[in-house]
Amino acid sequence: MTVKLGVPSKGRLMEKTFAWFDKRGISLIRTGSDREYAGAVTGVDGIDLVLLSAGEIPRELSAGRIHLGVTGTDLVQEKLPLWEQQVEELAPLGFGHADLVLAVPQCWIDVDTLDDLDAAAAAFRIAHGHRMRIATKYHRLVHGFLRDSGVADYQLVDSQGATEGTVMNETAEMIADITSTGETLRANHLKLLVDGLILRSQATLWRSRVAPVDSAEKHVLNVLIDRLG
Amino acid sequence: MATRAETLAEAARLRALFAEAGALPIETPILQPAETLLDLYGEDIRARAYVTSDALRGEQMLRPDFTVPVVQMHMEHGAEPARYTYAGEVFRRQEQDPARASEYVQVGYEVFDRASPAGADAEVFALISKALNGLNLRAATGDIGILLAAVKGLNTTDRRKAALMRHIWRPRRFRALLDRFSGRSPVPPTRAALLAASDPVPVTAPQIGLRSAAEIEGRIEALRLDAESDPIGATELAALETLLTVRETAPFALAHLRDIAVDLPAITPALYLLEARLDALDARGINVDRLDFEASYGRTSMEYYDGFVFGFYAESRPDLPAIATGGRYDALTRHLGKGAEIPAVGGVLRPGLMLDLNGAAA
Repeated sequence: MTVKLGVPSKGRLMEKTFAWFDKRGISLIRTGSDREYAGAVTGVDGIDLVLLSAGEIPRELSAGRIHLGVTGTDLVQEKLPLWEQQVEELAPLGFGHADLVLAVPQCWIDVDTLDDLDAAAAAFRIAHGHRMRIATKYHRLVHGFLRDSGVADYQLVDSQGATEGTVMNETAEMIADITSTGETLRANHLKLLVDGLILRSQATLWRSRVAPVDSAEKHVLNVLIDRLG
Repeated sequence: MATRAETLAEAARLRALFAEAGALPIETPILQPAETLLDLYGEDIRARAYVTSDALRGEQMLRPDFTVPVVQMHMEHGAEPARYTYAGEVFRRQEQDPARASEYVQVGYEVFDRASPAGADAEVFALISKALNGLNLRAATGDIGILLAAVKGLNTTDRRKAALMRHIWRPRRFRALLDRFSGRSPVPPTRAALLAASDPVPVTAPQIGLRSAAEIEGRIEALRLDAESDPIGATELAALETLLTVRETAPFALAHLRDIAVDLPAITPALYLLEARLDALDARGINVDRLDFEASYGRTSMEYYDGFVFGFYAESRPDLPAIATGGRYDALTRHLGKGAEIPAVGGVLRPGLMLDLNGAAA
């Protein structure tokens, strides 16, 4: 059988992943038409390329349907409970840098730290009769971070896109989202909390700890990992 | 692992035991209104409730415990005094540990009685202790009421006391607040800058979101007032910190707490209650000389309890959650009572875990 390598199926993340492998003498190519998600690997024998959405790669790794996969630290830690037991980090790839951060409106001149946020949340709940809403798609990471920091009186509301706009639309009071330069946050009149960094993320190559491997696949994996190291 | 049928049979047996002790068996619906009830739970349970919705009844949750629905039922049409018992599944999402159950059976005993809080505390503890007899568990006890009394009695502003009270259940934030209110941690630079700014502070950013300019100004005003308040005194602070570390067998803990009460006299009434509870436990055959008391017990997990708290643990199985837990929740009856309130205390057992422990011992 073959070793299955899952990589992001489109955009800059795919291009940079291809370039990263290329630099190490392994070329990944998309085959067929532009719209067809099929690909091939040359440079090491016995590897199948599986093109997937970056968001699906953690699940495929934990289900053992792919042996290796490229996706962000944020997605692995958000989607996989006890992620260390399910996947092993083989190599950070040095691109796709993004921070998961807490951001509040710039007009909240009294809120710059988690301590401020907690106090503001308490007062907000009394004034408005509901908890302060934080729009995010990273529910587990944000909840875990706020629990560990002892922040109370908030609620998470799901936002799968255009999260920065939720405050202006008044569907949330603040957000927790991925940012690389902070430009979108600023454009939407939001600012970071000084101690509100939840996670630093980058594109990373993962190995599934649960995908079954026979001796031939094990050999291929070793050759590949050796080449990448 | 005990089968579902075995667990349900054990649950029925325990419920019969509690009924024999004078409790009225009751049922609560599995689907509960999330909007009114969910807020009453601590963060931990709240974040783990299975919430769903339908077009007619709005947000519903699978009951994450029985206590809150039982209190609600009692406050609506309960006779007084009342003792209830129940058995059934509760549901909690598991986000971290795949070994923990997301659906399990609880059996409980709850007492609503004004006559003698210490007596009712002892009654619940002794009854649950008896039901667990033979499993060789360690009992942990504590009293959130002593902590609340200590904070209420501090010689500082009401606003600071309210902030500390709110975080009794979050030890890290509680400590951070205490450090700040006592002047032990420096004022964060961002706040120092804000306080040094002209009044009113100029705002250049557009006003967006629901939190209004008036609310922001209100908080800045509160921060200015707080900056002018005296720090919490060193004697009180030391006493409070010692209080948080008390962890001894009950009679020694009580003696130690009495020493602390010299500097924190506000806890004295709560200590009388602790003493009365120990007497009542002794009268029910509990060996209080060997009972552990931990002043901080229950702070991280038991958010609606505000007095006596307890838990039973299998020391040979540190991987298991508590086999039984309980405590006093007077404030919860106040929240659900719309003006009415009644002292209340209760506890729950997990028959599935009890059977597993029994099976391992056999």
